[in-house]
Amino acid sequence: MINTEKNYDVIVVGGGHNGLVCASYLAKEGRKVLVIEANQSLGGASATAEFSDQFSVSSCAHWLFQLNPAVASDLGLTKNGLELAARDLSTIALAQDGHHLTIDGDKLEGAGISEEDRKAFVAFNKQILKFCKLLAGAFNRRAPKLVEGNLTDRITVAKLGLGMKMLGKEDMSDLMRLALINIYDVMEENFDNDLLKGAISLDSLLGSHMGPRSPNTVYGYIYRRMGSVFGFNGPAVVKGGMGAVGQAMANAAQASGVDIEVGAAVSKINIDVDRATGVTLADGRVVNASLVVSNADPKTTFNKLVGLANIETGVARRVKTMRMKGDAAKLHIALDSLPNFTGLSEQQMGQRLVIAPTMNYIETAFNASKYGEYSSAPAMDISIPSIHDASLAPQGKHVMSVIVQYAPYELEGGWDGEKKEAFKQLVIDRIADFAPDLQDKIVASELLTPVDLEERFHIHGGHWHHGEISLDQILMMRPFPGASQYGTSVDGLYLCGAGNHPGGGVMGLAGHNAAKEIIKRGKSA
Amino acid sequence: MMPHDETMILETPFHSRCLALCEINLWEDWKGYRSAAAYTSVEQEYFAVRSNTGVFDISPMIKYRFTGPDAGAYLNRLVTRDISKIAIDRVAYTVWCDDKGHVMDDGTIFHLGENDYRLCAYARCLDWLMWSAEGFDVTIVDETAEVAALAVQGPTSCAVFKDMGFVGIENLKPFGITRYPFEGSEVMISRTGFTGDLGYEIWIEPALAEAFWDALFAAGKLRGIRPIGSAALDMLRTETGFLQAGVDFIPAEEAIRTGRSRSPFELGLGWLVSFDKPVFNGRKALLKEKQEGSRYAFVYLDVDGNKPAEHAFIYAGNKEVGTVTTAAWCPTAKTNVAFAQVDATYGKVGQELVAEIYYERELKWTRVMAKCTVIEGAVFNPPRKRQTPAPDF
Repeated sequence: MINTEKNYDVIVVGGGHNGLVCASYLAKEGRKVLVIEANQSLGGASATAEFSDQFSVSSCAHWLFQLNPAVASDLGLTKNGLELAARDLSTIALAQDGHHLTIDGDKLEGAGISEEDRKAFVAFNKQILKFCKLLAGAFNRRAPKLVEGNLTDRITVAKLGLGMKMLGKEDMSDLMRLALINIYDVMEENFDNDLLKGAISLDSLLGSHMGPRSPNTVYGYIYRRMGSVFGFNGPAVVKGGMGAVGQAMANAAQASGVDIEVGAAVSKINIDVDRATGVTLADGRVVNASLVVSNADPKTTFNKLVGLANIETGVARRVKTMRMKGDAAKLHIALDSLPNFTGLSEQQMGQRLVIAPTMNYIETAFNASKYGEYSSAPAMDISIPSIHDASLAPQGKHVMSVIVQYAPYELEGGWDGEKKEAFKQLVIDRIADFAPDLQDKIVASELLTPVDLEERFHIHGGHWHHGEISLDQILMMRPFPGASQYGTSVDGLYLCGAGNHPGGGVMGLAGHNAAKEIIKRGKSA
Repeated sequence: MMPHDETMILETPFHSRCLALCEINLWEDWKGYRSAAAYTSVEQEYFAVRSNTGVFDISPMIKYRFTGPDAGAYLNRLVTRDISKIAIDRVAYTVWCDDKGHVMDDGTIFHLGENDYRLCAYARCLDWLMWSAEGFDVTIVDETAEVAALAVQGPTSCAVFKDMGFVGIENLKPFGITRYPFEGSEVMISRTGFTGDLGYEIWIEPALAEAFWDALFAAGKLRGIRPIGSAALDMLRTETGFLQAGVDFIPAEEAIRTGRSRSPFELGLGWLVSFDKPVFNGRKALLKEKQEGSRYAFVYLDVDGNKPAEHAFIYAGNKEVGTVTTAAWCPTAKTNVAFAQVDATYGKVGQELVAEIYYERELKWTRVMAKCTVIEGAVFNPPRKRQTPAPDF
């Protein structure tokens, strides 16, 4: 709750996971911090929602696979209620004929996988892990500036540079070569098996507006695999859904002395010509603080909360040109009982299931979205969390959560009830190709398009990474040049969300780094 | 008029009249328009403005129109001056900057009515204007080709207008705007100009351009009216201390080399920067510069002798401290004037510097080290420029 007696040092706009992480670190330093969240629940896109009577599901992100261990430990998330129902799950790439491919860490099983592919996969993983380790050194600190590098920034650059040298000649040249090509070419270089190539490709582009042949997908894949450095050997299912991560973070924040106000939308960040002075809420209340930290994405922050008219043209132009078009939908299905996926046991259905039979399948699915249409045969990432966590559905019943790629934010003619229903049915039919009795088990279902995600989570474009993760929008270019170290052109206004370095995913590092930067700047912040 | 993609060079709405009078056929390209550099002789044209009336076709000047509920707020964020202080039917000279606080261009803003403004600029900048419009309810139109314009400048200019039947024109204050009926339509007259003399600029629809020219020249015949070209104008603006974009500074968006663009303070235009208004482009950088100091200073120099100090290096003792951007012998003020960019620590009024001038006479180059003194400003600044009612000559 807002304590009107307190003179807050910091207001965090948005109680998403990064906002809560940032607030916690600042409170631990003795700052008086208030988090203001528009929704009733905390955690942002790390959320759980009941979508049908007694059926709950992670309503945006559905796997935990990148949470930074230092953040988790600093905040005491386990102590504050975070519990994993399952972890280190395998990924099963579904084949219509039931000859699926299971990817379990370095091991590949099924789908007639060849010995060559098995060996190549081990080598590939080893190299990717090297790249991840290299990047990890730059992830938990602010990105260096391009010019005017001070000592901290020079150390980051030196670490990256030295790290690249230490990769050895072959890996270093590979990194420089691979980073700029696309996952399709890399897969063709390495593997024969279509299911393997499809599954890895899907990981390289989930949540983005890219296809396997798009540049930046290799970086996207390395980014996705950062969890390997953070102690994850595959995705985890959080007990109570992803909302429990948000709740644990909120508990941690409150334990550190952070005040949290939920159900209160910030309508405006107040600026006194040169400096942010606080916020105005939708209900008219004004709260002042010496610093405002926005966990909202950069476009929402500047377009709506600050107002482009209140910043200089150059910055407004960069906000406008940031690439941030969501292209993934969420489908939630309440199931009377578990469906039968051809060739899968119940234990296997509890793993991560993907529908991405070939790279061309994904690329074709992407083609439609380029022209404002949804995919007629979309690629998918499926979770049935109720297999591990009975609390999500009534006894014996289940919930299925599906990330559907591609459903463009800017659908030709706009998303309406009819189009949503048609797309939902299409997606269900597609899953039914692998689980023929699915249709009979459905009790209720819900489709969230990027437009719905935007509305529900207040993310511009419904892009859950708060901006495409691509080479032109990472490090010192994230969210855009001139705002790359969490500070903005408005004094006293900081950004702490996924739109900042290192980026999206339930990782917590953007919030961590923003807090560290604010603490480091001290009185001059 | 022919669109730009069908011709290498456009003609202004006054072209037929300019062509008839341009005896020496000396033309140049002004932002895509054929524009007279001189009609007869530069000196004669210069003296027409200082003694009688000179007419300069300013139709090629880039003109943008801003309308809509946020037009005023939009311009206030765009430029450095406080636009809220510019009343309707008033004109303001201003500069506009990029986020670094470097000058992109200078020009004049005409407050034509409620939520209705015109900006006259040296360079085309529609992309910057459109980018700046994000977040504002404003409509921006390039009306360069839709408005014909003439500068009518000189001591007899007011009298000529009175003879044309523009009753009460003498009461128009400097930077004021007024309107008169003309040929069933309207001519807008502003008391503005680039010569530092008594003078006006007229704004009219292109279809009436030739008729206006004819009426103007008929009325001005006995008052020595004459068309003038850009060469004479350059002398006039130098004498009165006006900067020329592209000459005295490089517009920030056109500068390729780092460090070549300048802030308003570095151009002696700090008086155009208002920190008492909401955020505007360059505000943050300019505040910082104001606190921490500028890199350069802009100075007016009175140079010894009569050799224009064109492109001269400026020395303080033996140290090279700057360069000249504009230089001319000013006939009325009888002064050899130069504008120079010097290091910020130099250039206090009264300071003595040295200009290294090279000049050529019949293939022989000579170098003079001319003493020069930093002066306050314009060497030509007659009372008639400001007097209201405007005097009659």
